[in-house]
Order: sequence, then C-alpha cells, then structure tokens
Amino acid sequence: MSVPLGVDGLGAAEALRIEGLYKSFGKLEVLTGIDLTVAQHEVICLIGASGSGKSTLLRCINLLEPIDAGRIVVDGEEITESGVKVDRIRRHIGIVFQAFNLFPHMSVLQNVTLAPRKAGGLSRSVANEQAMELLTRFGLADKKDEYPDRLSGGQQQRAAIVRALAMKPDIMLLDEVTSALDPELVAEVLDVIRELASAGMTMLIATHEMGFARDIANRVCFLDGGRILEEGPPDQIFRAPREERTRQFLDRVIQAGRLSA
Amino acid sequence: MRGAADSVSPGATPARRWRPRRSRGLSVVVALASTVLVVGVLGYVLVNSSGWARFQSTFFDFNAFTDDFPEIANAFLLNIKIFLVAEVLILAFALLVAIMRSLRDPVFFPIRAFAVIYTDLFRGVPSVLIVFLLGFGIPSLQLKGVTKDPFAWGVAALVIVWVAYVSEVYRAGIESVHPSQDAAARSLGLSGAQSFRFVVLPQAVRRIVPPLMNDFIGLQKDTALVAFLGPVEAFRQAQIDSSASFAFTPYLVSACLFLAITVPLTRLVDWLVARDRRRSLAGAR
Repeated sequence: MSVPLGVDGLGAAEALRIEGLYKSFGKLEVLTGIDLTVAQHEVICLIGASGSGKSTLLRCINLLEPIDAGRIVVDGEEITESGVKVDRIRRHIGIVFQAFNLFPHMSVLQNVTLAPRKAGGLSRSVANEQAMELLTRFGLADKKDEYPDRLSGGQQQRAAIVRALAMKPDIMLLDEVTSALDPELVAEVLDVIRELASAGMTMLIATHEMGFARDIANRVCFLDGGRILEEGPPDQIFRAPREERTRQFLDRVIQAGRLSA
Repeated sequence: MRGAADSVSPGATPARRWRPRRSRGLSVVVALASTVLVVGVLGYVLVNSSGWARFQSTFFDFNAFTDDFPEIANAFLLNIKIFLVAEVLILAFALLVAIMRSLRDPVFFPIRAFAVIYTDLFRGVPSVLIVFLLGFGIPSLQLKGVTKDPFAWGVAALVIVWVAYVSEVYRAGIESVHPSQDAAARSLGLSGAQSFRFVVLPQAVRRIVPPLMNDFIGLQKDTALVAFLGPVEAFRQAQIDSSASFAFTPYLVSACLFLAITVPLTRLVDWLVARDRRRSLAGAR
C-alpha cells in the first residue's frame, strides 16, 4: 500500500495513519489497538491519565520504540515495514520531549545545527543561517552561544522545539512539553506551539494543559488503557463527553484546577 | 533537573556536620604545632637508632645522589617515552574495546564476549607476568618478521594490560550518559554511529577525565616493569648504579624522578574531581 492518498473528514490529504497499533513492555501492555488518522495541518491533542500510553504512542510514531503489531503510515509510506531506513523517516518527524533533552555540551546554535549538518548534509554556513532564522523567529537569537544549563526551562524547551524544526519535519510530536516547566514559564512555550499551529504544522500533542488543548486542537483524543476511548472536537469532548471514563478523568482535572468547568 | 539542585547553594556540602568554628589563625598554629611534634618525635627515634649512620650512608648519601642523578634522569627519559607511546595506543584501543562491549545487538555477541573475556583476563593477571610472557615468550618463538625488540614488547605488554582497565573506565562513562540523549539524537535522524560520535562520546569523555588520569599515574609507575626485559630505564639504571656502589641512594633518585611526574598528576586529578563536584552541586553537569 503505497498510494499516497486517503482523505479525512476535513477534506485535506492524510499526513499520518495508525492502524491496530499494539505495544507492550514485557508483560505490561501499553498500547492495545490504536487507530488514528491525522490530516495535514491538523492539530490533535492526546489527553489521558499518566500511563495511558500517550508518550509511548508518540515514541512509536518516531520509531524510537519498536511496535509489536499494527501499521504506521506517514505521507503514504508504511514506516513500520521491515527494511525501512529509520534515520530517513525520523528526519521528517520531529519530536520534542518533556525533559528537553538538549545536548548539554553544545551551545544552542550547535544543538540546532547538528542534525541538519550531519544527517541533512548541509554545510555549516547554510545550517547556521537557517538555524539563526528559526532562533530569531522564536526569540532565541541572543541565546545562540549559551549552553543549555544557562537557560531557563522555558528557553530550553523553545530551543528544543527549534532543534526539531531545523530538520523541516512534516509532522511534530510534542510529548508533554510543558510538564517539567515552572508555571510562569509555560505560556512562552505554548505561544510557540500556537504559532506553529497557525503556520499549518501538523501536530500530535500529548498534554495535561486542558485549557490549551481546548483552544488549539482540531480534535482531542482521550486515551485510556492503551486505546483511544473517545475522540472528537474539543467542544464536544470537554463539554459533553460520551464515555463515563472521559467524564471521570475531566472531573478530576477540574478538581485539580487545571480546567475551568 | 531543576528544583533539587536549586535548593542547595553552590559549593555547599550539606552532608557535613556542623562544628563550632575556630578562627583561621588558631587553626594554622594548631596544625603547625602538631606537625612539628610528630616529625620531631619520629626524627628523634630515627636518628638515635643504632643503625642510623649506616642507613644514612646507604640511602641518603648526598654526593652519591648528585653523582648518580644525571645518568638516572637520562634513563628516566625512556620511562617517559614508554609512557607516551603506550598511553596513545591505550586510549585508542581501550575505546575500541569499550565500544565492542557496548554493542547490544545479538548479532554482535561474539565481539561482546571477546571484549568481556579480554577485560576479565588482563585485569586479573599481574602486569609483570604479562611483561615476562610477552617480552620473553614471543621473541623465543623465532617468528619471521616479528620484532624481538624488548622495548616494543614491553610497550605492547603495558598496552594490553592497561587497555583492560581503561576500557572499563570508558564504558562507565558511556553508560553514564542518559539514554534520553541518544534518543534525542536519533529522533533528529542521526544514525547510531553519529549519535555516539557527536552526542554520547563527548559527554562520556568529559566525565571520565579524572579516573582516566588515575590510570595514567598507574601506567607511569608500571613503565619500570619494562626493565625486566633489558631496556635501561630509570629503575634499571638505579640497579646498575647501586650494584657499583653497594648503596641504595640511586633507588631514591629513581623514586624522586617518578614522584616528580606522579605527584603533580595526582594533584591535577584532585583538582579536576573537585571542580566536577563543584559543578554538579551548582546544578550544571
């Protein structure tokens, strides 16, 4: 199946399709049959309790975790087929982690240009030029020579997002990118994601920021027990969830003050 | 990452128990007095021992010291040469063995097994035995095209032994780099080898500099073992001088020369370790 089509409800071309994805770590079944189709330029928020499989799902899409069963199709190409060159696939799929994972021995600019130079084959000058454009766009130009441990958490996470963007990915996977941040630093990172959304980036966002998810998502998926229990437009999910489990989860989130009722 | 480190002010050592502070001046006086007392008592006992005169003339003959010094110092240059040649080879081969041992794929099992056996074997045998076995054994085989140069086999023996130690140091360093660093590099499309070369190894090497320097010191001392194969380095030269004069002062000369190298190295290691600790306490890595 290498026909690059498949059209979803929004009428846009398909960017990503996941069929019957299973993944377990030893005896622990983390993903138990995920089916999901993402259209180009669509922003999808994955919500659910810790351990519901959000992070694992994102790591599987980036091929950081081998899957047990199912298929993942990106831009019409099945990336979970054996024999696929994973390094080539990953260049088109950016991922940003909760803990930033910047390279501590490199300056911000070196962090951003490493992959374009070594994996993308760009010369240093071209890579630097493109990196500076991105750093300027996200307000980090004056931090280009700083090392990560000299930056605030918000700046580090923005630098990590820029590092992923430097490979010009078709899809961005964001794995709870604000969960490790002090509350006053969350907004600057969310602003970056909003800008990406308005620029048309296809994104899969695992998040606990429900207000943000309600604002930005085209679609919200509620994960429970390793499967997508309920999905729909944010208004429907947050105001009138169909599933009892979804309702319970959202009630707990509201009690914790993370979402206004 | 944040939080835990932030609550500790840089340089503080929370584990140390609180003690009433003495003034700095008083501390110096107390330290000085106790040192003078200890050294004085020891010196008094030594100088008044019945064998002191004899001991002094065999070990601390000043004239013999200055007479023998140039010759032994000259021979010590060979120790330094052995050290430098061996060290370069050790750093390269040890990295190779460490990489072999870090290969996870089942396909590489034989390579991994070889690396494990190698390190177990050569860390478990005294260096001097390897020097003897290689230095006398291989030349005695009379293999065509294989050198019989004792210097070469001496260096080879030291390299073989110390590669086993240093590869373990490398491995500890490599394993200390969190897997999330490799994941971040791979997620950007870097290959496994690129991730190792540009992300994992540079961080590992920074962390292992202090233990690596420790092994340098051990190696520097082991260069004396090459004397058993014939090359006249500092220890062997001291032996020669000593047998000519029936005095042990040449050995003292040799010891001083080794200390002149190893003590500054040791201080450097201490300084590096202290610097690393300060950094990690300050929240950096």
